[in-house]
Amino acid sequence: MKNEIIVSGFGGQGVLSIGKMIAEAGNIENLAVSWLPSYGPEMRGGTANCTVVVADSKIGSPLTDRPDILIALNRPSLDKYMPMVRPGGLMIVNQKHSEPTADFRDDIRVMVLDSSQIAMDLGNLIVANVVMFGAFVALSGVVSMDTARQVLKETFTGRKEKLLDLNFQALEAGANSVKETQGA
Amino acid sequence: MRRELWKGNEAIAEAAIRAGCRFYFGYPITPQSEIPEYMAAHLPERGGVFPQAESEISAINMVYGAAGAGARVMTSSSSPGVSLKQEGISFIVGAELPAVIVNVMRSGPGLGGIQPAQGDYFQATRGGGNGDYHHLVLAPNSIQEAVDLMQLAFELADKYRNPVMILADGMIGQMMEPVEWKKAEITEARVYPEWATTGRGGRENHRIVNSLYIESEIMEAHVHHLFSKYKAMEENEVLYEESGIEDAEVVLVAYGVPARIADKAVELLKEEGIKAGLFRPITLWPYPKKRLNDIASLDHVKNFVVVELSMGQMLEDVQLSVNGKKPVHFHGRPGGAIPSPGEVKDAVKKFIGRES
Repeated sequence: MKNEIIVSGFGGQGVLSIGKMIAEAGNIENLAVSWLPSYGPEMRGGTANCTVVVADSKIGSPLTDRPDILIALNRPSLDKYMPMVRPGGLMIVNQKHSEPTADFRDDIRVMVLDSSQIAMDLGNLIVANVVMFGAFVALSGVVSMDTARQVLKETFTGRKEKLLDLNFQALEAGANSVKETQGA
Repeated sequence: MRRELWKGNEAIAEAAIRAGCRFYFGYPITPQSEIPEYMAAHLPERGGVFPQAESEISAINMVYGAAGAGARVMTSSSSPGVSLKQEGISFIVGAELPAVIVNVMRSGPGLGGIQPAQGDYFQATRGGGNGDYHHLVLAPNSIQEAVDLMQLAFELADKYRNPVMILADGMIGQMMEPVEWKKAEITEARVYPEWATTGRGGRENHRIVNSLYIESEIMEAHVHHLFSKYKAMEENEVLYEESGIEDAEVVLVAYGVPARIADKAVELLKEEGIKAGLFRPITLWPYPKKRLNDIASLDHVKNFVVVELSMGQMLEDVQLSVNGKKPVHFHGRPGGAIPSPGEVKDAVKKFIGRES
């Protein structure tokens, strides 16, 4: 098993955190993981991205030009990375900043969800990235929901513990939005 | 205990503190700035000292001073910053002092770019400063290995009274991977060596730190003494890793993260029925010349392919080691570009005449 994942969006949308949550979850499940952020001038007010590899054997390149999974939080990310996704791969798109101007590919699984709205319905836009993480876990099956909850439990400790419940809700909401779509 | 996810630069800094480093002098530069950042946050609380130097040159000379006083000390930078440190490194070698220097390489020449590269191989292994000298160069290919090599680096620096360089690339610095802390943290106070300038304190003789020898007979003897240490390093400290050599027709040679990409290329080649193997030097100086020469003598090994994030620098050490016994080919990407495993596989197939 090897999953090469690209997470991409505007700086501030929680792109690197989504990647970290995936990597932490893989690590908890004793899988080999690597997390490599973009760094450099493109981060100044522009897009940020990270590449996460989760595998059951040692990881070669921490980079990929053929991701199995793309989590796109804005339109520039969609334009840049959708063509690279491996046929049969998975793409999770944040509706809010990614109004389609081009057709989605039909040789990959595409899930569009309005993570910003879901987060606002829960009371705080800041958990939109955890909604995306929930959708990722439910759709990809790379890690289990139990592990995802464990990641949140270990992230929101001390002074941040009061945010744990909200984040649990965001995780569930992300996962549930997938079920609703797939049930339809 | 569960492995912890660490970012490379922070893991390197933490590993240094665990190895007993209590003095760090540095100056920020991408892609290694998290090392001084981590040291600034954590060295003082662990009983250490972190001043941010006003320049890389100042930082390496602070290292020179602290090393002279017998401290366990390090500095870090990235390529253009490490160029600035070369004079100081030459002085530290000449004065026979232990210190660790970390270079998280970016592309060059000049200010170059900030993406990962391996263009400082010549500088690191040939001696970027003046004079006849060497220092050990250790090249990790994962965060775990970077952490493991940090403690070894300090031990070897003390053992030989010679600086040791960790040569990493921007991917090692920026990447996050699981780390297991294998070695116990050194917490006891450092025993200052008998040569350290700790103050005369009523002793009979001064202890002097110096790299200036005006009389040629004395200077020649000093250089011969230094080279007796290098000989011992060549005999005792060579490290490398290899796989699939036993039946390989083509051997890929790479160090650092590119060795992982080459490793995956080897897998792809095997899937296509091509017997490939991987040779990965961990010490770049001393270079594992003897083992590579032995591999070149194997009948079934027909070709070598060197893979680097440069225009071909370690390539020369492979050529010197193989010594004309077999053809040595090269695939490199300079300027911060990273080859994919598929690209390396295709290059290898072309070199060995197995294009499909």
